[in-house]
Amino acid sequence: MPTNLDHRPDPDQLLRQIQAEESQLRLGTLKVFLGYASGVGKSYRMLNEGRRRKQRGEDVVIGALQDKPDPAVDELLGDFEIIPSLSIDGREVMDVQAILARKPRVCVVDGLAYNNPPQSCNARRYEDAQELREAGISIITAVNLQHIDELRPHVAPLAGKSVSDTIPKSFLMAADEIEIVDIPPEQVLERVGRQPDEAAQVAERRRLSELRETALLLAAEVVDRQLEAYFETHGLNQTIATQERILICITPRAAARDMITIGKRAADRFHGELIVLYVQQSDLSQADQEALIAQFAFAHESGARVEQLTHEDPVAAILRFAVDNRVTQIFIGRSLRENWWTRLFGSSVDRLIRSAEGMDVSVFPH
Amino acid sequence: MENPPPQKGRLKVFMGYAAGVGKTYRMLDEGHDLNEKGVDVVVGYFEPHARPDTIARAKGLEMVPRRQIDYRGASFHEMDTDAILRRRPQVCLVDELAHTNVPGTERAKRWEDVLLLLEAGIDVVTTMNIQHLESLTDQVWQITGIQVRETVPDWVMKQAEEIVMVDLPPLALIHRLERGVVYTPEKATFALQNFFKESNLVALREMALRQAAHEVDVRQTDVLSGKSTTFPAVPIAATRVNQVVERFLVHVTDQPSTALLIRRAWRVADYLQAECFAVYVQPPVEGRSRKEAVEKHLKFARDLHIETRVLEGEDAAEALVQFARVQRVTHIFMARPPSRPWQRFLSRNLIHRVVRLASEMRVTIVAERLPQ
Repeated sequence: MPTNLDHRPDPDQLLRQIQAEESQLRLGTLKVFLGYASGVGKSYRMLNEGRRRKQRGEDVVIGALQDKPDPAVDELLGDFEIIPSLSIDGREVMDVQAILARKPRVCVVDGLAYNNPPQSCNARRYEDAQELREAGISIITAVNLQHIDELRPHVAPLAGKSVSDTIPKSFLMAADEIEIVDIPPEQVLERVGRQPDEAAQVAERRRLSELRETALLLAAEVVDRQLEAYFETHGLNQTIATQERILICITPRAAARDMITIGKRAADRFHGELIVLYVQQSDLSQADQEALIAQFAFAHESGARVEQLTHEDPVAAILRFAVDNRVTQIFIGRSLRENWWTRLFGSSVDRLIRSAEGMDVSVFPH
Repeated sequence: MENPPPQKGRLKVFMGYAAGVGKTYRMLDEGHDLNEKGVDVVVGYFEPHARPDTIARAKGLEMVPRRQIDYRGASFHEMDTDAILRRRPQVCLVDELAHTNVPGTERAKRWEDVLLLLEAGIDVVTTMNIQHLESLTDQVWQITGIQVRETVPDWVMKQAEEIVMVDLPPLALIHRLERGVVYTPEKATFALQNFFKESNLVALREMALRQAAHEVDVRQTDVLSGKSTTFPAVPIAATRVNQVVERFLVHVTDQPSTALLIRRAWRVADYLQAECFAVYVQPPVEGRSRKEAVEKHLKFARDLHIETRVLEGEDAAEALVQFARVQRVTHIFMARPPSRPWQRFLSRNLIHRVVRLASEMRVTIVAERLPQ
């Protein structure tokens, strides 16, 4: 068996690490202003940020703008150097080559989800932005919620239209900074013009509220990713409960369906995460095996993450898992077995209650 | 001639996750916007914090002079609510909703002053940080290790017609602190090592975003249940309204953990739109200190607008479960056993018995949230 007493690192691995670090260093930062509807003032906030950085002495240019900037935005533009866009097939395209040649420290890119015409180098503007980042140029950009690809099924009916120009959520998740541009729906209505009748206005306000909620949660998700990254890079093993995470512990005989249904509703309302865990102790009978498979299927259907562990001490396994996964609530079924042992030393439910630090333990009827 | 009672004023809250994100500035901005539209706006209170940007932004707005209150040889400045009521503006800007007034003022909390202004038909625009929301204090303590003492009950926050999240990425906030924009240099150094640690800020920001999303969500359901005929029914919303109402029972004791238990149960009830009561089982003989502690907890529950009941009985488990059954309670909340051994034994026994007796109900044991 090879020993590694002198701990000499593998040279290939070292090289890869250095390369990774270097590319990280060279990659320009990405800052995204996220809005839930047009008219919230994303572009204004984006340009304002550009202006602030300019005042601090950073070299800032504008790479791309929206077709019809509104007057407030227009007023800000005078302060900036604008790199003229290319015209391909009569359509405007950000001139990536010109920006690369100019090599500013920061480039402002509006309309991030824009589709470039067929003859362009990159099919999408966000890919142009990525190319600039790879050359070490930092990007300040703005995007509307309805352009996030993965959210389209939910957002399109609310936004009243389905857009074809989208960016993947992963692009947003990789942002160094995200800032939500939040104003009340009432103000959006004021800016874009009110519906004439009362009923239409109520519906409009409701629609905007739902978009707003979705945007806030998306921003929270990006921030949660940053929190995890922070702990990883600082070597911290922390369990910060910024959102509800419900862990449902099932057994083949438990009333798993009820627990999962209730857990799903709670997770939905809390916008939290649902995890279903089974800890196997010994071999299962055919009937138990089948019951368990049905429960797993139901858990998947309910949108839960399903996990399975093998451990002789289920309480210890559940607790370890709960801590590692930043769980806030544990759901368990009542244990039916009661004998002299459990009366004297407590059942596993008792043990779980005693040992679950900082979490709620919810005992369900059978 | 009698005037009809004025229509209640509307409340708008600029919510942030820490000092320095720009709440006060946004509030003043709003004041200027309204002013330009010809609305009669005054500043009831604003906290300059010696920030030049903020002070400059307050220029041009009418200020109602603050009143001076002397307390233990020092003078303090508080909002002059009576003067604002006499002045009767359409809109009043009031910074820092969670502020505690100095003793000797009519009302203990600024939010009480704000409620008074709203009652008088004055619209209020205010600011608040997320950590001051009552139901979040345990989570904030767990995350930051800081015990927040100035809190605003959630039902006050729910009066707000509009909540706006004032967002700023944590690194930008830290830069502002380092540049001395937020606090004086000594205070900034201290702040950066404590509350303003990057991990704290990121976590608080996430909480604020989630809370804002929840508030937006609640408002929408309210609109729906109130005016369900005005627009086409939507499946998700409809199921929300038709949900079977869950009923929670919170077991009140003299133990300090009861406060956390009440907050936690309230928060879950708020999210699941459940009904919630707080119940204490009074034994035949009860010491004075215990009685006082229980009374304090029951008052706390009432302050959060939770209905309270006192039952009599020797056997707490039996009395609780019997009451729960009669009241069709679906879910019982109890605190996790305390750390002193003999008490731990008693309360473990109680939990054990409640779990056994309430076999058709769900029983949740809430643990203390301690800082990492």
